[in-house]
Amino acid sequence: MIYDEEFETLPREALDAIKLRRLQHLAERVYATVPFYKKAFDEQGIKPDHIKHLEDLQELPFTMKQDLRDNYPFGMFAMPMENVVRIHASSGTTGKPTVVGYTQRDINTWAELMARTLSAAGTHKGDIVHNAYGYGLFTGGLGFHYGAERLGASVIPVSGGNTKRQILLMKDFGPTVLTCTPSYALRLGEVAADEGVDFRSLKFRVGVCGAEPWSENMRTEIEEKLGIDAVDIYGLSEIIGPGVSVECIEAKKGLHIFEDHFIPEIINPETGEVLPYGTPGELVFTTLTKEAFPLIRYRTRDLSILHREPCKCGRTLMRMGRITGRSDDMLIIRGVNVFPSQIESVLMARNDVAPYYVLIVDRKEQMDTLQVQVEINEEAFSGAVKDFQTAALDIEKDIKDMLGVSCKVQLVEPKTIQRSEGKAQRVIDKRKL
Amino acid sequence: MRVEQISVFLENRAGRLAEITRVLGEAGVNIRALSVADTSDFGILRIIVNDNDKAKAVLKEHGFTVSKTNVVAVEVEDRPGGLNHILEVLGKEDINVEYMYAFVQHTGKNAVIIFRFDDTDAAVRILLNNNVKVLEGKTVYTL
Repeated sequence: MIYDEEFETLPREALDAIKLRRLQHLAERVYATVPFYKKAFDEQGIKPDHIKHLEDLQELPFTMKQDLRDNYPFGMFAMPMENVVRIHASSGTTGKPTVVGYTQRDINTWAELMARTLSAAGTHKGDIVHNAYGYGLFTGGLGFHYGAERLGASVIPVSGGNTKRQILLMKDFGPTVLTCTPSYALRLGEVAADEGVDFRSLKFRVGVCGAEPWSENMRTEIEEKLGIDAVDIYGLSEIIGPGVSVECIEAKKGLHIFEDHFIPEIINPETGEVLPYGTPGELVFTTLTKEAFPLIRYRTRDLSILHREPCKCGRTLMRMGRITGRSDDMLIIRGVNVFPSQIESVLMARNDVAPYYVLIVDRKEQMDTLQVQVEINEEAFSGAVKDFQTAALDIEKDIKDMLGVSCKVQLVEPKTIQRSEGKAQRVIDKRKL
Repeated sequence: MRVEQISVFLENRAGRLAEITRVLGEAGVNIRALSVADTSDFGILRIIVNDNDKAKAVLKEHGFTVSKTNVVAVEVEDRPGGLNHILEVLGKEDINVEYMYAFVQHTGKNAVIIFRFDDTDAAVRILLNNNVKVLEGKTVYTL
């Protein structure tokens, strides 16, 4: 089902014309209102009126996550605070969170895009949406909530956690659409089985899953165990939250990007060079319509691929492939962003361990696991058990406090972790996605 | 009156203990007594050997984390209550035993127990005052 027939099926020329006009307005707007962009444009010798064609986007500077941190909390906002009606923030980035703002119009846009998203996944008025994405600073819960309401569906704002109770509500309320991360979908299936509830006999028809990377194998597993269709969605709070792109239930082959609001590019993460369609690289987005927090060529660090083949669903919007990885060292563990540098800072603060460590990420029974192997500091060894007795537990607690992620610390002997000449191999990701 | 003990840090990994005994064996170092302290996260091997300097050097050479600790070797009568007598003497004087382990070899009719105290000097003084036989390092290494 196509929620916005007009904009989701525009002929390519018309779509590109809209994109160009919006891009020109965007460039003028950010140049005039965001000091960061005025400086960045000036440094590249670009004026907003230089943009005559869509390709001219490539002349504009990139925006990096670090730029958002440097302008924490509201420095990138293009609107005065009195026009900002909502603030969200991303989880666990290095140091400070990434803060994003919305005007009332942005909230409307977002609800429209989420209505499109849910509709592409086969949701309609009359559906009951069990929304198990987290509500709060995270954009997932509220994003889906507004989208489902816009569509006229009934929303159960159940948020994450308290899984047994969720099973009870599912049995009694009879929701038809499940919205949650793919790993939580499988978890719900397990807990339902433990509770003696046959998930397949519930009324669910479809699951709209995202916020963490997953695979075709996982899709098959979710679909079989839960007896639903599972579609992939993509979004990030910097761009708008969920609602950037979605798979259509008709094809389930690539995610349609709402190009009338976001221009995607794929670049070589090393050189920044724009790559042709069909070549894998790093996803970059420019937000065309956001008022409070517009971004030019934001580097997502997510690796994907773009293609423009027509889709059987009738949408003319180009599609992106599943996220296959990250171009930086950020890990997503149980939906939380984790940078090795954050764990390093916990280790560096202690005298009994050395800053040589390796993070081993795995997925057991559908849950991500994190193991931290760290070398003890030889100097701290006197021969007594008390030298390191609480070290592992203390580090586990510090990491949990800082990142909200549980881990298992293993102390290893000095000089047993591989040293590297260049960039250290800090992460071993064994998850098979 | 002190005996040198070598402590080796052991990460939880199969075969790690065997690597130590192999290194020592190849260097011709004889282990006189040993004990392993283990926690859920790591272990510590404690050994008394016939050649401390050599043992320490070869273990370090092979990348082990090694430290020396002073312990006390005490002769204990090999009869019921023999060890209890010594522990009561120490307890009365508020001397805390961090850990202890037995020597395989006997001296005549007596057993030898290795003690690690929080206050080694005071412990040795009290033991001697109570006519407990404390062994010299050089005696212990060659028992």
